[in-house]
Amino acid sequence: MTLDASSPAFPSPRRRASARKRRRMMIFAVIGLVLAAAVALILNAFRDTLVFFRTPTEIAERGEAPGARLRLGGLVKQGSVVHEGTVTHFVVTDRKNDLAVAYTGMLPDLFREGQGVVAEGSVGQDGVFKADSVLAKHDENYMPKDVADRLKAQGEWRPEGAGAAPK
Amino acid sequence: MIAETGHYALVLALALAILQSVLPMWGARARDAALMGLASPLAVSQFVLVAIAFAALTHAYVTSDFSLLNVIENSHSAKPLIYKISGVWGNHEGSLLLWVLILVLFGALVAVFGRNLPDRLKADVLSVQAMISTAFLAFVLITSNPFARVSPAPLEGQDLNPLLQDPGLAIHPPLLYLGYVGFSMAFSFAVAALIEGKVDAAWARWVRPWTLMAWCFLTLGIAMGSYWAYYELGWGGFWFWDPVENASLMPWLSGTALLHSAVVMEKREALKVWTILLALLTFALSLLGTFLVRSGVLTSVHAFAVDPARGVAILIILTLFVGGSLALYAIRAPALKQGGLFAPVSREGALVLNNIFLTAACAAVFIGTLYPLALEAATGEKISVGPPFFNMTFGPIMLPVMLVMPFAPLLAWKRGDALRAAQGMITALGVAIVATALVAGFVRGGPTLAPVGVGLALFTIVGAFAEIQGRLKLFGIPLGDSLRRARGLPTSAWGGALAHAGMGVTLLGVIGATAWASETVTAIRPGETMKIAGYELAFRDLEKRDGPNYRSTVAMIDVRKDGESVTTVEPARRLYLARKMDLSESSIATFGLSQLYASMAEERTDGATGFRVTYKPLVVLIWLGAIVMALGGGLSLADRRLRVGAPRKASVRAAPPQLQPAE
Repeated sequence: MTLDASSPAFPSPRRRASARKRRRMMIFAVIGLVLAAAVALILNAFRDTLVFFRTPTEIAERGEAPGARLRLGGLVKQGSVVHEGTVTHFVVTDRKNDLAVAYTGMLPDLFREGQGVVAEGSVGQDGVFKADSVLAKHDENYMPKDVADRLKAQGEWRPEGAGAAPK
Repeated sequence: MIAETGHYALVLALALAILQSVLPMWGARARDAALMGLASPLAVSQFVLVAIAFAALTHAYVTSDFSLLNVIENSHSAKPLIYKISGVWGNHEGSLLLWVLILVLFGALVAVFGRNLPDRLKADVLSVQAMISTAFLAFVLITSNPFARVSPAPLEGQDLNPLLQDPGLAIHPPLLYLGYVGFSMAFSFAVAALIEGKVDAAWARWVRPWTLMAWCFLTLGIAMGSYWAYYELGWGGFWFWDPVENASLMPWLSGTALLHSAVVMEKREALKVWTILLALLTFALSLLGTFLVRSGVLTSVHAFAVDPARGVAILIILTLFVGGSLALYAIRAPALKQGGLFAPVSREGALVLNNIFLTAACAAVFIGTLYPLALEAATGEKISVGPPFFNMTFGPIMLPVMLVMPFAPLLAWKRGDALRAAQGMITALGVAIVATALVAGFVRGGPTLAPVGVGLALFTIVGAFAEIQGRLKLFGIPLGDSLRRARGLPTSAWGGALAHAGMGVTLLGVIGATAWASETVTAIRPGETMKIAGYELAFRDLEKRDGPNYRSTVAMIDVRKDGESVTTVEPARRLYLARKMDLSESSIATFGLSQLYASMAEERTDGATGFRVTYKPLVVLIWLGAIVMALGGGLSLADRRLRVGAPRKASVRAAPPQLQPAE
């Protein structure tokens, strides 16, 4: 084995050892600093950017403060979609409560009535949820996992297939 | 029959993998050359068998064999041939098979090209590699058999998810997997080194090409995925901070750190313990990515039909490999010999700094991606961590990386001269300042800090070549001399400079496309126009066009600038017949480095058609930068001194560290 580096360790002079220690302290100090900065950044970002997921029922019960950013999940109510210029109005329901949503922009493919949807935005003073993004996954039997979990929890879950909207 | 052959080949491959994970390693312990010698033939046969299985599945797709469940669920006889082939990995089972194929491909490559590896190291590496393939082959066979038959066979399949019917599917997953799975080599080498209990410069020299190759592929794979999402999803965004994207970004970040720390280890025998840890973590993050994507714990475009049992199985594999390797690390790492000394201001120091920041950036992405999952598991509360989080954490952490990056190559090993390095950066700094001033003075709109961003990007690009300029003295000495020097430069110097410049190019693209993007969302009728960024888009008419397995409505839009027609864009909506799925097909017009992006909304009742048009200046640079980075990696890889199986002369010079003990 010519490539063996595990030959007996060379005894290091004391000077080297202390230099090594100093170098190590230095590296640890820098790591500590960067780590602290990173943690501060992350905590700060969490405080400002976390968005909670809510169903219409939860919003109705909790009375979320108007303006707080939320993710609203549920099903698009049958017959509720109305286009008005570039604004789309629709109602998100969890079959207990409804919430009207107004969204400006292009809807994702596969956004349709009776299907699961997640809208991000906030409840306005008028009680309408102003969405600035609408997500729907690209699959015909799609129900966002969040929505499915909540509907299950609320006893509103219809097994797959039965729930698919007529196409 | 062919499908059964494929299935049988997979079972056989599993059997060989089990043998390969035990025998060579045992041979290495018992110093039995015959047992160790088994590793190479086993690795090659394993690859041949998995390749047969893969070919069998491909055959089933190409011939539309609807007696296979997998083909029924993901194919259709009317599908174009290219999507029949790429459809092989456009589903859970097939994509895992591709994963395994690439895994065993790397094993076979080590077997074939690793002739100059020490026997024991090679035996250990191939054994570890086989352990991974054992786990994944068993996973494929037990939970995700792509060869499951259905009787009676239906006449027609359910077609591939239309979103995946795109050339992107043919390219993106294979590239990404070559990257992801390529890091398994670094992992196997690290585990082998820990088992052997020694790591040296030669080790780093063997590991680096594999890591570099994986890194290049991962870079291209991520960029390809980003471009695909950009044009296919209809949003015009190039990066969504989607958990699955993050899953590929994390190994890229730690893999980048690994590449750099491996350089320190190779040149200076320092950072051994850290390099080994990075090698383990990088592949662990790749496995984590596989878990996140394949288990369905995340809501994502990438989540195929999901079965919880599979998620649990991958979690077990993940825990075994990560836990096992880290435990081994904890036991063996403290015994590793210390490396060379260096001053804080030195090439090593700069590379350490690079590593610290890259790791911190990786940690921020990790936390942002996994915190929602952890919180949900712990409290049931569902939250989402979106782009603002990552912009506020990832951005500031990467900023110092971009700043320090051009300096590092100017610093000498062991003890660098900060002042001289700074002098080398004067040109770059000048370019940056002038650019910032010009942009601030002449470009309207955008955030106030955007011009500084442009300056930073140019600083990085120009600075990347400072070291080469320092050697060539272009314009300082006669041109002929410079050119002669340029020819004498090792290709790896060009490679490093290009890779660094690529980062700056991408940054420039990101800044241009986010700071000065404009967007119009309107609903108009044929004959009407919309305006964006100095362009006038005249909506001529709608036209019906039929494809092989879809019907589409195409909007024909003339793009005019200053009254003159420059091009047309034709966004469309397609109705895929088999799945009754309606998709938007965006249309992109490229002007130099900028793009005009048009997509069409669903049909409306009032006769108007909704369009979303965005104009993104410099957006092309985002992906161009990634290509430049990968090109740089490729150049370094081509350097004779680094090549796998490098000529004796090169390896002997670096190999026997006992002749030149640094410590």
